[in-house]
Amino acid sequence: MIRALALTLLLIAPLAAISPLAAAPVSEETVHEIGGQLRCVVCQSLSVADSPSETANQMRGIIRERLAAGDSPEQVKAYFVEKYGLWILLSPPRQGFNLLVWVVPFAALGAGLVLVLLLVRRWSRRAAEASPGPAPDAAMRARIQREMAEREP
Amino acid sequence: MSARSRALRWAIPLAVVPVLALLAYGFRTDPRDIPSPLLGKPASPFALTAFDGKPVSLDALRGKVVVVNFWASWCVPACYDEAPSLERAWQAYRDRGAVLIGVNIQDKEEPARRFLAQFGHTFPNAPDPSGRVSVDYGVYGVPETFFIDRKGQVRFRKVGAVTDEIMKQQVEKLLAEPA
Repeated sequence: MIRALALTLLLIAPLAAISPLAAAPVSEETVHEIGGQLRCVVCQSLSVADSPSETANQMRGIIRERLAAGDSPEQVKAYFVEKYGLWILLSPPRQGFNLLVWVVPFAALGAGLVLVLLLVRRWSRRAAEASPGPAPDAAMRARIQREMAEREP
Repeated sequence: MSARSRALRWAIPLAVVPVLALLAYGFRTDPRDIPSPLLGKPASPFALTAFDGKPVSLDALRGKVVVVNFWASWCVPACYDEAPSLERAWQAYRDRGAVLIGVNIQDKEEPARRFLAQFGHTFPNAPDPSGRVSVDYGVYGVPETFFIDRKGQVRFRKVGAVTDEIMKQQVEKLLAEPA
């Protein structure tokens, strides 16, 4: 009985070893996508997906390995954040203090547009007030015509 | 001139002030000085095979103060500067309950062995060919040195070359703590 059990286990063991891999085939696309969001730690401003360095290669290997072990892309990223801090993410998460990075440029753009709009309105109002002087009345018109006639040879 | 336009005339130059302050702050900080989120957390276990073929495992060293030094033979000059201090610290503390482990990363075996021979390093030293240990410790450059207390917690990280003073100060402090 025990021998039969042992034999069964022996037969099943390789299957068990293979099955997690078979269950979760790692797509290179997913590795590339996760790598694209992580900073290559030895480069300046290059992602793990884009860097040809040995370290980036090792990091891609780790991503692949974790995905194969059944981690979700979010869990893989969380692993790197746990080890390196948020610095490892190429774009800061849209929450807390980091939200400012996402909001401020658009807010500044909006404020700038409003400012330009206000200024343009004010300038055009001022121009409108300044240029047309009082409309010439009948006496003035007569004088203009007289003086013009005098000037003509 | 109306009060409103006078205020506006001041507002524009004043708006530059926070921008300048932010830039001044940003340019004065070192972009390479990244705080480690690992301080105060349990050190990741690792099991490597040393250059001399012996196993090197963190779990086997629980209860001791462990210093893990990440290095590479191409790391000039910092790794070369600190190399003598490392061996001196190992000799000074090996009988007092502290262990020094070298982890060779992003390197090739041949020059790494030459480095060890050049400085006569006798403490356990292992390559990390997959880079897994260096990522587990959030290492981004060499050298980096981690000081782990008797409870297995990361307590201090030194980026750049260690000195005799740093080794002494950190190791003595952790040795003084109860297990």
